[in-house]
Amino acid sequence: MDKVKKIFGGDTRQLGMIFALVALIIFFQIWTDGLTLTPDNVINIFQQNSYILVLAIGMVLVIIAGHIDLSVGSVAAFVGICVAIAMRDWGLSWWMGILFGLAIGALVGAWQGMWTAYVGIPAFIVTLSGMLLFRGANQYVGKSNSVPVSEDFQVIGGGYLPEVGPDTGYNNLTVLIGLLLAIGIVVGSLRSRRALVKLGADVEEAWVMWVRLGLICAAIIGATLLFGSGRPGTSFPISGIILAVLVLVYGFISNRTVIGRHIYAVGGNRHAAELSGVKSKKVNFLVMMNMSILAALAGMIFVARSTASGPSDGVGWELDAIAAVFIGGAAVTGGVGTVVGSIVGGLVMAVLNNGLQLKGIGADATQMIKGLVLLVAVAFDVYNKSQGRVSLLGMLTRNFRRGGSDDDSSALPPPSAATETTPVSETIRQSS
Amino acid sequence: MSDPSIPAPGSSAADSTGAAAGPADTPGSVILEMRDITKEFPGVKALSNVSMAVRRGEVHAICGENGAGKSTLMKVLSGVHPAGTYDGEIHFEGQVCEFNNIRDSEHAGIVIIHQELALIPEMSIAENIFLGNETAKSGVINWLSTRAKARELLARVGLEEEPDTKIRDIGVGKQQLVEIAKALSKDVKLLILDEPTAALNAGDSQHLLDLIAGLRSKGVTCIMISHKLNEIEQIADSITIIRDGKSIETLRVKEDGVDENRIIRGMVGRDLESRFPDHTPEIGEVFFEVKNWTVRHPSVPDRLVAKHSDFFVRRGEIVGFAGLMGAGRTELMRSLFGRSYGTYVEGTIVKDGKEIRLRSVADAIDAGLAYVTEDRKTLGLNLLDDIKRTTVSARLQRITRGFVVDEREEYNYAESYRKSLRTKAPNVDEGVAKLSGGNQQKVVLAKWLFTEPDLLILDEPTRGIDVGAKFEIYGIIQRMASEGKGVILVSSELPELIGLSDRIYTIAEGAVTGVLSREEADQESLMRLMTRRTHGGSQATTRESA
Repeated sequence: MDKVKKIFGGDTRQLGMIFALVALIIFFQIWTDGLTLTPDNVINIFQQNSYILVLAIGMVLVIIAGHIDLSVGSVAAFVGICVAIAMRDWGLSWWMGILFGLAIGALVGAWQGMWTAYVGIPAFIVTLSGMLLFRGANQYVGKSNSVPVSEDFQVIGGGYLPEVGPDTGYNNLTVLIGLLLAIGIVVGSLRSRRALVKLGADVEEAWVMWVRLGLICAAIIGATLLFGSGRPGTSFPISGIILAVLVLVYGFISNRTVIGRHIYAVGGNRHAAELSGVKSKKVNFLVMMNMSILAALAGMIFVARSTASGPSDGVGWELDAIAAVFIGGAAVTGGVGTVVGSIVGGLVMAVLNNGLQLKGIGADATQMIKGLVLLVAVAFDVYNKSQGRVSLLGMLTRNFRRGGSDDDSSALPPPSAATETTPVSETIRQSS
Repeated sequence: MSDPSIPAPGSSAADSTGAAAGPADTPGSVILEMRDITKEFPGVKALSNVSMAVRRGEVHAICGENGAGKSTLMKVLSGVHPAGTYDGEIHFEGQVCEFNNIRDSEHAGIVIIHQELALIPEMSIAENIFLGNETAKSGVINWLSTRAKARELLARVGLEEEPDTKIRDIGVGKQQLVEIAKALSKDVKLLILDEPTAALNAGDSQHLLDLIAGLRSKGVTCIMISHKLNEIEQIADSITIIRDGKSIETLRVKEDGVDENRIIRGMVGRDLESRFPDHTPEIGEVFFEVKNWTVRHPSVPDRLVAKHSDFFVRRGEIVGFAGLMGAGRTELMRSLFGRSYGTYVEGTIVKDGKEIRLRSVADAIDAGLAYVTEDRKTLGLNLLDDIKRTTVSARLQRITRGFVVDEREEYNYAESYRKSLRTKAPNVDEGVAKLSGGNQQKVVLAKWLFTEPDLLILDEPTRGIDVGAKFEIYGIIQRMASEGKGVILVSSELPELIGLSDRIYTIAEGAVTGVLSREEADQESLMRLMTRRTHGGSQATTRESA
C-alpha cells in the first residue's frame, strides 16, 4: 500500500477517485461482456459527455470560490439558439458563430458576476434567476422551435480528426498526439525532478517515478490505440480535444497563476485573502463570468453534436456539472477542489451512465443509482474528514508510513488541527 | 452598601438549602463558593486553584487584565465548561454543583449575560425573553400570557417598550435591559454580567448600574466583570482580583477602603521576569506619521472608532499600543491598512516625508505596510493552504513572470523563511492547519516579511501562544526593528508591551490618550491612561487618580 501511495502521489482523495473510475470501468467491461472498452463506445462516452465536462471545469472554480452556478444549462441553451439563428439569418461562418457565442456568454457572465460580486447577492439566487431568465430567453429568441446548424459548425461537437498519411490501420493523428503526450509527460517529469534536486528538496526515489511514468504512458498508449482503431473516419473526437486543451489550460491557471491562487484564497478564507491584498470582488466577478463563457462553449458543442438548437437543450446540466465537481472532491464550503478531480468525477458519472445504458437499464433506475453514488461519495468524504482522516486509502496507509517526517508532524499538537481540518463536515452539521 | 437588604423570596432558596449551609437566607451569608478551580486547555493552564466566595445579596466584581481568566472562570461557573473538564468544587446555595451545560446552571438560578448579547434581532422583545423557555401548552405558545409576563418584566427593569417591538429597532442599552429581563424570567438568584457597560454610552451605563443596585435591593446577587474601574468602585461591595489565572485577593470595598489605585495595583502587581531577549534599540528618524486620523464605524454611522488620532513611528523603533478590549486599537490599525475597516472620515498618513493615500489593502502592501491580524485563524490564514503557498500569498507578484507563479522561487522563499524563523514543520508542503499556534504565527510573520515591509503592524502577535514560542516571536520582532523597520505592537498584555516597546501609546474609546517612553511606562501608569474617559460621564475619579 505504501508503494502504491508513493507511485500515485499524496493526494489520496484524488487517488481514490481514479481508483473508483478504473474499478468502475473494469466492472462494466466484465458485466457488459467487453462492450464498454470498444472504440465506438469510448468515443461515444466522450462525445456524449464533453459538454458536461466543460461545464465541470468552470463549475469547480465557482465552487472553490465558494459559490454555485445553477444557470449553466439555461445559459448554454440561450447561447446555442442565438448562435444557430445568427448563423442561419445573418450568414455568420462557423468560426464567427463560435466567437459570437463566446461573446454572448461573456455578457451573460458579466451580468451574473456583477450581481454576485459587486451587489453582493448570493450566487445561488443570482443564478437561480438566470436559470429562469435565460431558459425563457432561449424560447423567446427561438420561438420554441428547433433551429438547425450548418455542417461545418457541427464539427466541434460531432467531428473527428482527419485521416492523413499512410494507412496504418489506425488514425494517424490520434496516434501521433498520443505519442507526443506520452513523451511530453516523461520529459516534463524528468525536468521538474532535476530542478527539485538542484534546490535540494526531497525527491521521490527513481523507481517510483519510473513506475508511475510507465503506468501513465501505458494508459495513454492504450487509450490512443483504442481511439485510433475505431471505424474508418472516426478517431479521437474534436470535442475531446477541446476538452483536453481546456483541462490543461485551466489546470495550469488554477495552480500556477495569480488569479488561480486568488480563487483558492477567497474560497478558503475571504477575510484573510482581503487582508492580504486580494481583490475578492474582482475574483468573484471573473469566476462567474468565466463560468458563463464555458457554458456558452458547452452549449455550442451540444448544438453542434445534435445538429440543431432546441428549446429544451441543457435542462438539468447544472446538476450533472455540480455532481461531477463534488464527486471529484470539492468542498461545499469552498477553497477545495481541482480541475482534474472534477473531470474524473464527471467521468465516473459518464461511465456509470453509459454502462447502465449498455445493459438496458431504464432511465428511472439510472437516475436513482446516480443520485445514490453522489450521496455516498460525498458522505464518505465527510465521514472521513470528521474522523480526521483524509480518505479510506489514507486511513489504510496511515500505519504503514515510514520515517521521521511523519513522526514530526504527529508530534505537533493534534487537537486543534483535528477540528480545523474538517470544514465540510462541520458546516454540514451546523446547517442541519 | 452592606446594609441588610431584603433576601431572595424564601421558597426557592429553602428547597436547595443543604444541611451544611447554616444560616442560609441571612443577608451576608455565602451564596456561592468556588474552591480551587483549575482549568487547563491543551498547552495552557487558564485557571489554577482559583477560589472565591460571593455573599448573598451583594454585587461582586471580578477584576483582572485581559486574558487573566475571568471569562473562563465564569464559563466554569455557568456550565459552558461542563463538570469534569475542570478540577475544584462549586458550592451554590450550600450544595455542591456539577453543571453539565448552561441549562443546568440556569435551573439552579445562575444566569450569565455575555458581553456579546445573545438576542435575535428579527424577533420581538417578548419572543426573545421567553426564547427556549416559552409559555406553551403541548408546543403551542400562549401569546396572551407571554406578552403579559413580558410587560411585567419590562416594568421591573424600567424599560418602556412594547413587548412586540423587534430587538433590532431598539438601541444597545435597551437590548442590555432585555437581556436582564430575560434573566429575571428564569427566577435568577445569581446574575453574572460580563462587561455589561462595554458597549453603552455614559447615560445608559448609569441607568444599568442603577438597575443592578435595584436588583440587589430585591435580593438578587450579582457578579460583574468590568474594565471600567470607576463603575466598579461605584457599585461593587466586594472585588475579587484575578491575575494570570490565579485568584489574588478579595477586597471589601467599604471595609478596606478600596479605590481605583488599589485595584490597579492588585491587577498588575506581578514581577517582570527576563522574558524578553536582549535588544539594544537603534532608533532613526521619524518615517511614518499619522495625523488627525478619524474613522466611522462601518454600520453605526454616528459612532467613531478612531477619533482624531495622531502618532508617529521612527525607523528601528518598536511602538506599543495599549488599550482595553474594545478601545479601538484593532479598528485603528485596520483602518490605516488600506481602509480595511470602517469608513474613512479624515486624516493623513505621511511616510518618508510624503503623504500617501491607501485606498485598498493592495495599496498598503505596495506602500510597504504589513499587518499581522489579531485573529490568526479567521483573519490571518487560509487553513486549507500549505506553508509555501501561504508564505508568498500576500505578494505573489514578487515571484511571478507575467501571471505565472514560479514554483521554484516559491519553494526557495518558503524554505528560507522556514529556516530563518525556525518554523517547526517537516517541510513547506505541510498544511498550516496542522501546525501549532506558535508555528502558525511564524508562517503568518513569514508571509508578511515576504512583502518586504517598512512598517510592520503586529496585532496581538503572541495571543494563544505558549511561552517558548513567545520568546522566539519577541526575538523576531526585535530583529525586524534592528533591520531598520518600524514596528507597531498592539497587545493586551502590558508586560509584553513594556518589555518590548521603545514607546507606548495608550488608546481609550478610539482616541489616543497618552504616550509614555520606555522609562516612564509601568503597568499602573498605563492602566490609568487606558481607563481615562475621553468624553461625558464620570471621569472625575480617573482624573483624580492620574
